[in-house]
Amino acid sequence: MPLSLLRAVRETGMVWLSMFVLGIGLGVMVTSSGLPWWVAPLLSGGVYAGSVEFLLVGLLVASAPLSAIAMTTLLVNSRHLFYGLSFPLHRVRGMSKLYSVFALTDEAYALAAPRDPRRLSHGWILWTQLGLQLSWMSGSLSGAIVGATLLQNVKGLDFILTALFIALAMDAYRHRPDRVTLVSAAVFGIIAALLAGDSMLVLAMSAFTAFMLLRHQWNKRRTQPVEQPDA
Amino acid sequence: MPSTGYIFLAVGVALAITFLLRALPFILKNAIKDSPLLLALNSWMPLGIMVILVVYCLSMIDPADSRLAGAQVIATLVTVAVHLWKHNLFLSVLAGTGTCVALANGLLPALL
Repeated sequence: MPLSLLRAVRETGMVWLSMFVLGIGLGVMVTSSGLPWWVAPLLSGGVYAGSVEFLLVGLLVASAPLSAIAMTTLLVNSRHLFYGLSFPLHRVRGMSKLYSVFALTDEAYALAAPRDPRRLSHGWILWTQLGLQLSWMSGSLSGAIVGATLLQNVKGLDFILTALFIALAMDAYRHRPDRVTLVSAAVFGIIAALLAGDSMLVLAMSAFTAFMLLRHQWNKRRTQPVEQPDA
Repeated sequence: MPSTGYIFLAVGVALAITFLLRALPFILKNAIKDSPLLLALNSWMPLGIMVILVVYCLSMIDPADSRLAGAQVIATLVTVAVHLWKHNLFLSVLAGTGTCVALANGLLPALL
């Protein structure tokens, strides 16, 4: 077994397991809403973008127009526009970069972005991403086949997503304790949730990004010495 | 029920858009490499985006279903507490979700 696979399992295996369990939730949702079982691996393997897959199940059942599917995917996944800015893709070699971009999920980003890129190998990044995707796909397949009968009436399973983001946010704060980021993101999130409800993600993330751009401008002005022609 | 052709077409559309969104910043990044702005965003975005995703999840709590909502609130506190205590992602997720499922399905004595 390659060393990079061992390292990836040791450092990210717990997240693989969470992806598997969360995938069960997606699979249960697919078959309990009346869609054929193979839609679960098709969504988890093809679209492979957590939250929008849950939304797509509802849209597919309603036979929503393709334009609605395109718009929903664009809005919910637009947060991915920011992930590429700090994901260590330069550590991945050759054509594997294409897979690495395809599999750049919230979890892959959260696991790789906060680490020192010099310590991340080609193999570590790819094994981590492949492990996450295979766990997610096999979870959704198990959920679709088995869970539809066993777990159909169990409530609260989707809290996995909430718990995962809470723990990842706390890790990100521990890595870089920055109160301005923490408070402004929370405030923009709450305002956007009050204004836009289900579609709050795009609004909150755009507003937060705009605020961070302003913050950068302000910091730059403050740290650059003001020219004093009279001095 | 939707046709097989429609399902594949819909998944194809979602795949194409998601891939483009993921690829775009790498294409743009070469144009703005080593910019101080990029470095600043690098250090602020990960925490900010995770916090917004947490707010998103919590904003989905439906107060009309009071037992589930109560379970989710308590599970949120449990997740935070366990994560502060052990700093172990899987343990925190397991404890939080376990609490939520147990309370929401009445597996624990009614606290709510």
